[in-house]
Amino acid sequence: MNSSLLLSIVTFVYAASAVLYIASWVFKKSFPAALGRWVALAGLIGNMTGIGLRWIESYQMGIGHAPLSNLYESLVFYSAVIAIVYLVIEWRYAMPTIGAFVMPLAFLAMAYASLSPNVNDRIQPLLPALKSNWLIAHVITCFIGYAAFAVSFGLSIMYVLKARHTGDAQSLIGRFPDIRVLDELNHQMIMFGFLFLTAGIITGSVWANSAWGRYWGWDPKETWSLITWFIYATLLHARFMRGWQGKRIAYLSMAGFAAVLFTYFGVNLLPGLHSYGAMGQ
Amino acid sequence: MADIRTSNGIWHEIVSFFSSVRLTIVLLLSLAVTSIIGTVIPQNAAPARYFMQYGEFWFRIFSVFDFFDMYHSWWFQTMLILLAINIVVCSIERLRATWTVIFPHRVNIQSERFRKSGIAVSRTFPGTPDQAREALMQLLGKQAQLHTASENGKPAVFWETGRKSRLGVYVVHLSVVLLLIGGLMGSMWGFDGSVTIPEGERADTIQLGTGNARHRLDFAIRCDDFQIRFYENGMPSEYRSTLTIIEKDQPVLTRDILVNDPLTYKGVTIYQASYGTLPSKNKAVFEFTSRDSGMVYRQAVDVGQTITLPENLGTFTLKEFVPSYRFKGHDLGETFLGVHAPSEGGAIEIAVPVQFPSFDKMRKGIVAVSVGEAQTRYATGLQVTYDPGVWVVYTGFLLMIAGCYITFFRSHKQVYAEIHASDGNTRLEMYGIANRNRLGMERWLERLSDRLAVH
Ligand code: HEM
Repeated sequence: MNSSLLLSIVTFVYAASAVLYIASWVFKKSFPAALGRWVALAGLIGNMTGIGLRWIESYQMGIGHAPLSNLYESLVFYSAVIAIVYLVIEWRYAMPTIGAFVMPLAFLAMAYASLSPNVNDRIQPLLPALKSNWLIAHVITCFIGYAAFAVSFGLSIMYVLKARHTGDAQSLIGRFPDIRVLDELNHQMIMFGFLFLTAGIITGSVWANSAWGRYWGWDPKETWSLITWFIYATLLHARFMRGWQGKRIAYLSMAGFAAVLFTYFGVNLLPGLHSYGAMGQ
Repeated sequence: MADIRTSNGIWHEIVSFFSSVRLTIVLLLSLAVTSIIGTVIPQNAAPARYFMQYGEFWFRIFSVFDFFDMYHSWWFQTMLILLAINIVVCSIERLRATWTVIFPHRVNIQSERFRKSGIAVSRTFPGTPDQAREALMQLLGKQAQLHTASENGKPAVFWETGRKSRLGVYVVHLSVVLLLIGGLMGSMWGFDGSVTIPEGERADTIQLGTGNARHRLDFAIRCDDFQIRFYENGMPSEYRSTLTIIEKDQPVLTRDILVNDPLTYKGVTIYQASYGTLPSKNKAVFEFTSRDSGMVYRQAVDVGQTITLPENLGTFTLKEFVPSYRFKGHDLGETFLGVHAPSEGGAIEIAVPVQFPSFDKMRKGIVAVSVGEAQTRYATGLQVTYDPGVWVVYTGFLLMIAGCYITFFRSHKQVYAEIHASDGNTRLEMYGIANRNRLGMERWLERLSDRLAVH
């Protein structure tokens, strides 16, 4: 079995886990969520094995490098981190309704990697500019940050729904965790994400400095990561301002996640970019 | 001091304007939104291109607002400066207030404060209060201290940790200021340019930015060799230049550089950036066309080499390569110079321009020489930068990560516990205060009291 096949299977395992969590939430049964947790864990193990296998395959092809060098590989890593972050939260706080909003994100990232025709899953050798340990540190830290922001995005949706909700505690939304718990967890996730986004921008910057002699060049990808950073920095300070707590913070977190997605996928749609890591002639 | 400040209304206004978090939010969001502009409009392209793309009207509007180089525009830089002032003023103001909390002369333990705003946990379990107090002190470790409550004279246990973690946010704010200062230092005193050096040649002047400005280095760089390696599938795997630094005509240092592995000499860093190709100076494949038979003979010739031509046409000696050759007022570009010595008659100097293969035919000699195939040599493209602010920026990087970690994951925790006898059992009333992560503190207190109960 090769890594691509294994990872395609993981897509369906994550899908199953997401469906179980959603079923548990919708049908008020605890069993599907308990199963969903084990399915998610199985998916995560498959996901990590897939990453390891791909690493080995690259060495067998004689172009060995850590599997963190292109869109496919980073998406695969991304869904693993989302799953890890979620499972840790579930382990610590035991609130499986959150799984109904987070595991679908792990599934979507993996599905996009495995199923989209735009994402090439071939193992390719590294261009000279990409041969740097800073790049590996950069990808890892960025995606840990992005994963935390993805979880925060799920929590923010729950927060906004719950904050608007006035019905009884047994309705769909009434069964969400307490609004203060959601807020606190959301804040934890944002702090965690901000630390790693900061580290991600910094390692990227050090890498750029070692490859091109400038730590900051305002290219669109860099700029968008900074925009994301500004949004989350705003969010961290909004807590200290009257009238900005609660829903506004949840909306800011959604805007932040939109910026994350744009940094990652949207930047390539902008006009006049240099190709990533290419060496111009 | 305080009097002067309050009596001076304007000063007070300014300070409170610059210390407000509202300003921070406005600035950070404005920076986020305006930064988008420069990602939608390509920056620093030729004006003509913008003119064509946007038309005259928008070209003018965008020019007025510096949208073509917006990150260096006065308004963007002004926002950054305001942010810096905001951070400095705000941090100083707050630090003055929290300094006594972080470094108190005497820790003041008020049980009312804990009762009012602490997370409360209470338990009843068997055993004597003294035993329980002992056990709690042991669980809490060195930082625990016995305390006598002022209101009722009862013994209580007080514990705290992470007081200094409150400094973390000032470390983060300081790091932002360092990044801005470092960036400013780089743009004021540094330079960033590029130079292309053919193999075997040297250069000491670089071209700055995209314009025509040039900068002369204190030393020369010679490119001894340039190599590209490829993977099996044809993708490039490595660009390598062997460079020699030359100072006052003396070579002082020779080293290979790769992408991601630059060379730094006297604070100036030289990066592998690109490459190009040029005709070789040392050899080429020449074509000799015989006038009488019309036959074409191809042969590779090195500079300095003499070959014997077929059909008894004599010999040809390749003398040298010149980067430019003038003929009747025109520059024919890169040209090889050689000497044709026919079997009878005198030797003739001939010029063989690389770009003009039929040039030597005009001479109407018994043999016409042209370059059949120029052997190429490489020219390495180097990025050459000097940035005296880098270390300030890197210090900022380290402080920012350390400061964020401390701020987010360390907290100032305090626990106040009263333990007294109650119907032959022991009653514990414990209150915890943490400056962040209330949920975590709650869980921690619960676990602490669980452990105490089984003690
Ligand atoms: C890009 C610039 C800035 C960054 C990266 C930054 C970063 C941070 C971080 C990470 C925190 C901790 C947040 C938390 O406790 O959850 C914080 C807190 C804070 N920041 Fe900033 N900050 C910036 C600019 C500013 C500015 C300009 C001000 C001026 C008013 C400011 C005022 C504050 C205040 C009042 C706090 C709360 C401190 C406390 O907990 O006592 N920040 N900042």
